[in-house]
Amino acid sequence: MDTQRYDIHAARLARLVVKLLIAAANVGVTSSALAESGSRQPPPAKYIEECASCHAPFPAPMLPAASWKAVMSSLDKHFGTDASVDPTTTQALSTWLTDNASRRTTTRPPQDRLTLGADFLRKHREVSSNLWSRPSIRSASNCAACHTNSAHGSFSEHDLRIPK
Amino acid sequence: MKRLIRHLVVAYATTATIAATTVAAATPQELLASYVQASGQRADAIAGQTFFNVKHGRDWSCATCHTASPLTTGIHATTSKTIAPLAPSADAARFTDAARSEKWFRRNCNDVVGRECTASEKANILAWLIAVK
Repeated sequence: MDTQRYDIHAARLARLVVKLLIAAANVGVTSSALAESGSRQPPPAKYIEECASCHAPFPAPMLPAASWKAVMSSLDKHFGTDASVDPTTTQALSTWLTDNASRRTTTRPPQDRLTLGADFLRKHREVSSNLWSRPSIRSASNCAACHTNSAHGSFSEHDLRIPK
Repeated sequence: MKRLIRHLVVAYATTATIAATTVAAATPQELLASYVQASGQRADAIAGQTFFNVKHGRDWSCATCHTASPLTTGIHATTSKTIAPLAPSADAARFTDAARSEKWFRRNCNDVVGRECTASEKANILAWLIAVK
């Protein structure tokens, strides 16, 4: 009898623990989704390694999914250079990029260039053409010239420093 | 939840690739020896320096981005992103991971020469880069 009562208590306790774990997991998933929508989630290490060797790790939400698909399926001819990576990595990064792509627009910028996209142009509307052409900046894709933490995927305005 | 699973897949792929490349880790000298063996010729550092600095019928030479001195920080011709020096004497991490070196030879030779470089060409370039101090 005592054993049976103990078993019932144990089963109740087990069910409670499972419920608590599920609740905790849900909170985790929600906060992770929120973080992504604000693009605060740091990019995968592989994205930094493969893509940020030649340019900053561009934020995924700055291009629509269709543009990312086009870019990732033509890496051997990537804006004038061979940027090809192995098929497994290409697939994994393509999935991550399209999952985290723009939720504001599906319009693909010319040549799928992120720096010609509506979001990029809006965010940089206060930057004069004189400033872009400074030798210390030169290119709109040279994010690190002004975004001092861009190498790690952070483009916060707090880290902005315009070079002379 | 689907998104979480995909994150885990990306994380797994990343870990698996890191593990795979660690196995292939090498010293610059070991990598040079493997190119020499594959080419069946001795490495010629002077030929490597010339190959590095001339154009091969296209817009860029190796030096366009890496500069003529492998001890100097380079600048990417398109994006202006800085590139760490190539010589192992200036950056100890250079040519210590065979898979990584192969990847960059493949990409950059396609850009500069329009094809992959031969084992002999890679041996020559690497012999020069190791020699520069």
